[in-house]
Amino acid sequence: MNAFMSWIEQRIPVMRVANMHAIQYPAPKNMNFWYIFGFLATIVLVNQILTGIWLTMSYEPSSERAFASVEYIMREVNYGWLIRYMHSTGASAFFIVVYMHMFRGMMYGSYQKPRELLWVFGMLIYLALMAEAFMGYVLPWGQMSYWGAQVIVSLFSAIPVIGPDLVEWIQGDYVISGATLNRFFALHVIALPLVIVILVFLHIIALHEVGSNNPDGTNIKHKKGSLAEEDKTVYKIHEYYTDKYDIIDDVVPFFPHIVLKDLVAFSVFLFGFCYIMFFMPEMGGYFLEHPNFEIANPYKTPAHIFPVWYFTPFYAILKAVPDKLFGVLTMFGAIAVLFAMPWVDRGKVRSWRYRCGLHKVNLLVFAAVFIFLGYLGGTPQENWKIIASQIATIMYFGFFVLLWIYSGKEKTKPVPARITL
Amino acid sequence: MKKWLAILLLVPSFAFAAGTEYPNDHADIDLTDKSSLQRGAQTFMNYCLGCHQMQYQRYQRTFQDIGVPDELGDKYLRFTGEKVSDYITSTMPAEASAKWFGAPPPDLTLVARSRGVDWIYTYLRTFYVDESKTFGVNNLAFPNAGMPHVLQGLQGTPRLATEMKMVDGEMKELNVGLRTDGDGKLTTEEYDQTILDLVNFLAYTGEPSRLQSENIGKGVLIFILIFFVFAYLLKKDYWKDVKK
Repeated sequence: MNAFMSWIEQRIPVMRVANMHAIQYPAPKNMNFWYIFGFLATIVLVNQILTGIWLTMSYEPSSERAFASVEYIMREVNYGWLIRYMHSTGASAFFIVVYMHMFRGMMYGSYQKPRELLWVFGMLIYLALMAEAFMGYVLPWGQMSYWGAQVIVSLFSAIPVIGPDLVEWIQGDYVISGATLNRFFALHVIALPLVIVILVFLHIIALHEVGSNNPDGTNIKHKKGSLAEEDKTVYKIHEYYTDKYDIIDDVVPFFPHIVLKDLVAFSVFLFGFCYIMFFMPEMGGYFLEHPNFEIANPYKTPAHIFPVWYFTPFYAILKAVPDKLFGVLTMFGAIAVLFAMPWVDRGKVRSWRYRCGLHKVNLLVFAAVFIFLGYLGGTPQENWKIIASQIATIMYFGFFVLLWIYSGKEKTKPVPARITL
Repeated sequence: MKKWLAILLLVPSFAFAAGTEYPNDHADIDLTDKSSLQRGAQTFMNYCLGCHQMQYQRYQRTFQDIGVPDELGDKYLRFTGEKVSDYITSTMPAEASAKWFGAPPPDLTLVARSRGVDWIYTYLRTFYVDESKTFGVNNLAFPNAGMPHVLQGLQGTPRLATEMKMVDGEMKELNVGLRTDGDGKLTTEEYDQTILDLVNFLAYTGEPSRLQSENIGKGVLIFILIFFVFAYLLKKDYWKDVKK
């Protein structure tokens, strides 16, 4: 067996990669609750890909058959309902863990130097994920699939000069039709998953190059020769890291320590996931919207058109601006400004634990505003909501403006040199 | 962090604030009640299938799930000359029905999931006589519904009951609910039960996998709980040597 393994190893570096990126990868020992979501996102991604493959075995991407084939999966394919619910619950779960993951990054300054590109790759994943989720929601060809697509695709018509032609090009028709469904299917099952998998790979490579941040925002990798022997970690860390740096004695190896911790978190997550999937897969109309159980009808507009919950904050921002083009720009701006986080924040201290009180308040208000926008975008329009969503939109962007201002000259607390549990 | 989670959990409850204008009655359905499902199926096949179909649901699967042997199903539930392995389709041509009703009667396989059981339960109990309408009836839950009251023979002729009442110093005629002429085959309680059975059946056809899902789900959750205990103990063991 050993001879076989070394035969393999000489030809492809299985153990070297496993050691470098898992078994001997140094991870800060104080990674808390907020550090499980990257792992969970990976699990959900795998779930989406596997269940997606099985769904495509019975799904028929045509406007005539799409809705019926989904019901065929739900009723006549063995455990088709389970595969479909795993996929539909997984879509919402993906956004829950990704939003938590992003908020973690903001709390502990995981986007700051030297992790700017890591953050940017993460944002690209988020962007690709939104496109992926949007196109996936069109496939069941229910009323919300159709009219949601109608609303989102028509956003592009706001672009001056080329707008209307662009919409036609995206739809492949003058209206949302079977042609649109077919191309969205192609993008949903091949193009975007490929993009996402590649981006996730780059995200992890970038992470392992700069190393994991932690709730204290301290460095675990120090200049070679700067640490005394007793301050260096007792664990076996891969030469890839120890050749360049001294690794402080505040780390544990990713495997088994972090993996076991993630496994505990995973079982808690899985409990919630399975509870929803088996007992309330519609999640009160949030994960699967009620009008989507009615087949797409181009002649009948639903009383209220909402995107699925994970898009509603941006939908509220779109609706807050009276002008269509400016509304679209504001909405895309709300995503674009997140890309700029590493440069908007001029602070040198990463974790909010050691930053000024204003920063903590600012970040919490931002989270609350985001959730409030989600509520506004996901419920029927009322008069007070127009002004509320305008105020909330200003507050959303205000977070970044404030952050840029105070982070230039911020009163911070001393960051501890060593990590305590 | 706890606050954050609390907010996250609370938000959805606000979203229900805005609803339909007519308040829905609660349909207390029970998918495990096979006799209720069977009565509901019978009402559906006798009164609804003339116009509405269930094009995604097969007779045989339905018979199996609601506990009806094929022979009995053929006698009491299958009238349209299709095979037992066929989908439950209506013989009414869609084009003609679109002419008669303004739109083809919607497929009812998934109506319990799109409209909700409470809404259907309310809708089928709130028809009332309104001679100004094409079919001579209107509906409280679904104003101007383009559907005749096919269950009138069971319910009796329902009329809007009005009373004169003082409102802001003026006498006004107000709706105080519905009353039937008492010419139906069923009493009000019996009629409500018939509708409840029908709604129960529609809830079943909307999601035939519901009961199976909940049965498997219980086992899965118990397994995860046990898995959690071992995962936690394993983690604790590996972490006991990590310095504080």
